[in-house]
Amino acid sequence: MGGDSGSQTPTDGAKWYELFSRGARDWLRHDEKVREAVRRHLPQAVAGGELISGGARTVRVPVRMFEHYRFRLRSAEERQGVGQGEAKPGDVFEDPGRTRSAGGKGPGGVGEGEVQLLLEFKIDDIVEWLWEEMRLPNLTPRSGPSQEQEWTRQGWDRRGARSRLDRRRSFKELVKRRGTPGAVPTFTDEDLRFRQLALRRRPAVRAVVFFLLDVSGSMSERDRQLAKSFFFWAAQGLRREYRTLETVFVAHTTQAWEFTEAEFFQVSGTGGTVASSGLRKVSEILHERFDAQSFNVYLFYASDGDNAVADTEQARAALAALAGGACFCGYVEVAAGLSRHLDTETGRLFADLSTAGANVGSCGLADFDDVWSAIRQFFTAQDPARAAGG
Amino acid sequence: MEWRDYTARIEQLARESGLRFHPVEFEAVPDSFMMELAVYGLPVRMPHWSFGVRYIYQLIQRHMGHSRLFEVVFPGNPGHAYLAAGNGLAENVLVTAHVLGHADFSRNNLLFQRCQGQVSERIVEHAAQHARQIQQAIDTHGLERVEVVLDAALALEQHIDIDQSVRRPQYPQYTEPPKTLADDAFRRRFAALESASARVGTPDRRRAPVPPHPERDLLWFVAQYAPALESWERDIFLAVREESFYFYPVFATQIMNEGWASYWHARLLREAEFIPQQAYLDAIKCHSDVVRPVAADQQVALGLNPYHLGFAIWEHIVAAEGLAAAFAIRAEDDDFGFIRNHLTRELAAELGLFRYRARDGRIRVLEEDVNGLREAILAPKYNFGAPTVLVEKVQVDGTLELSHDHAADGRGLDLERGRKVLEYLYRIWRRPVRLHTIDAEGRALEIAAP
Repeated sequence: MGGDSGSQTPTDGAKWYELFSRGARDWLRHDEKVREAVRRHLPQAVAGGELISGGARTVRVPVRMFEHYRFRLRSAEERQGVGQGEAKPGDVFEDPGRTRSAGGKGPGGVGEGEVQLLLEFKIDDIVEWLWEEMRLPNLTPRSGPSQEQEWTRQGWDRRGARSRLDRRRSFKELVKRRGTPGAVPTFTDEDLRFRQLALRRRPAVRAVVFFLLDVSGSMSERDRQLAKSFFFWAAQGLRREYRTLETVFVAHTTQAWEFTEAEFFQVSGTGGTVASSGLRKVSEILHERFDAQSFNVYLFYASDGDNAVADTEQARAALAALAGGACFCGYVEVAAGLSRHLDTETGRLFADLSTAGANVGSCGLADFDDVWSAIRQFFTAQDPARAAGG
Repeated sequence: MEWRDYTARIEQLARESGLRFHPVEFEAVPDSFMMELAVYGLPVRMPHWSFGVRYIYQLIQRHMGHSRLFEVVFPGNPGHAYLAAGNGLAENVLVTAHVLGHADFSRNNLLFQRCQGQVSERIVEHAAQHARQIQQAIDTHGLERVEVVLDAALALEQHIDIDQSVRRPQYPQYTEPPKTLADDAFRRRFAALESASARVGTPDRRRAPVPPHPERDLLWFVAQYAPALESWERDIFLAVREESFYFYPVFATQIMNEGWASYWHARLLREAEFIPQQAYLDAIKCHSDVVRPVAADQQVALGLNPYHLGFAIWEHIVAAEGLAAAFAIRAEDDDFGFIRNHLTRELAAELGLFRYRARDGRIRVLEEDVNGLREAILAPKYNFGAPTVLVEKVQVDGTLELSHDHAADGRGLDLERGRKVLEYLYRIWRRPVRLHTIDAEGRALEIAAP
């Protein structure tokens, strides 16, 4: 740190300060830090209802600006200040500083009003972050017609259909051949290159995922929100992983209905809970539309677990039938705010099946933070025994 | 005519009027750079995300039309003055005179002298050097690790001991040996006693505790005594501390310094006969905008304009005591002495200054009391504007114990922020960190990290 740093004199002829903006650089770093922090709490931050309404491929997350903390005195109920102007002792007037900082909490900083940022995230990016290595459990290649055929580009040839002429490639050939600069180049048939296509076959990953949601009266708004955000992220992530994934959305109370994806995330209902109705609807759709031989079948069921007692046996039978043919059945028990350890009617159904050796697993969802751990539990556990453990 | 054509003549006039200053390099720079100067406080400074936050607030302010910067000046030899490229001729003439007032102040004021003696008169270059050094650290150790250091160091930016040297040595390792006792007949006889003689000749060298007394220079203490600090991390702490030594006089003489510069730009302009009439009128108009105490459309302001207050006090001093006295005061005082000695009751009444108490959204103007008024003006300036936090002790296991002098500050610390600062500090101290303060009811309270 010698004093002879003269070579650094900032007043050198070149306008060094016009080269870049330090303010913007440090601002971007702040932005990055905010994004990092948001990322860490993503399922929570982006579980809001408006997000799930679908349509837009981006989410807006409101965040507060970071504060670089310093020691500061606690805010006093009373503060003294000095003013200037026409005021006599005993005069009383409104405190304009107060109305400004009323929105935020605590002292609003050195005259700095609360500034909120709206960060925009692409849903695909979020899924990318969240969905590191997600796999559908027990996925098996199904034989028979369930093969994927795809034309892919593979090399070039000198002959081919006009429509597959690769002009860039052909031009390169021309340049290579031309040799003498300056001569006017003309294409010959020798130069032309055509894209070749090849038919690739691969064992298709044919899978259908049923999302079954209990929308009965006992599910509170928050419960439904929790369940839907679980479904939302599960669907987003699975779709990213498996392009040919089929999804079916079913909601039930005492009856069951199939919904489109967009409607499904809006659905709400009232009335009692009869799980078997939902399960039966699922197997109905399954048999109607999907060939159980050539499809990997998955079922994810979200409920608060309060099934009608009279329905227990029917539900058990329906579930057992489904689980028998399915690769995996996941049960998400939603209980906003409390953790009942899956000790409910429906919870026990799944637990019994699990001990009987079926590919089922369950997980409790008490908070938005759990959404991610539930997803992780279901989709990283290749080994069904581990999935059932939760 | 361009403003530069006037610079030399204004400088000459200033010298003839008795101002003594180092040469100043003037440079017109774009508004965006002026804004960065305001945010960073120095033309080139270390990168840190917190400056980005301030930058955005500054951008917002500017878009709302709240602030406009005419100039930023850095003391030194030579001094550096940056003028907004958007200034008109009259504004720049005014600003040139203003800058010379600052240059005179920073060369002659003792507090400035002392701090510049410590930091050197080339703070701008030093800060650039620090920025480069930190950029190198980022290249070597990665942004994240450097950020951890800067988070802690910049959070403690105000916690320095200005009365110590920038290159302050470590504490003495041993306590002072006890005084040698007077050599008289009694002592000799006493020493001759058998049991006493055993003690004689064993020098009483005891290791001094660290710290030997409560220490307020937190940046220095961490740099010197953190149990597991790497040398590049220490360098960053010391770099931040050095910059704080530069910032302190700027902070502690703001009212005087701005007032002095305003006084001199007004006076020089009045005396500069070579300035065309129109430019003079425009400049005076600009002057009155700058030193206006209360916004044009308001009756009352709930804050002070340091330009106005300082300007008024200086005018009063020159009128009452003469220019020589004013020069002496500008050399010797800081804002504390300046306000206490020279803001008289009459002047306060003339300026319409009042004290108020704000509670539950209502503001109540208090009784006239010039002492109370002075202290209310100065209250935010104590201790570099930060709560008094002291190092009390380092435990055997390395735990750092801090205490907050709540008696001096009048109330406890903001706990949430306090904890966050301790978290920053913990990541650098690398042993537990604890801090004693009081809660809202005045009960003793300890916060800690981790």
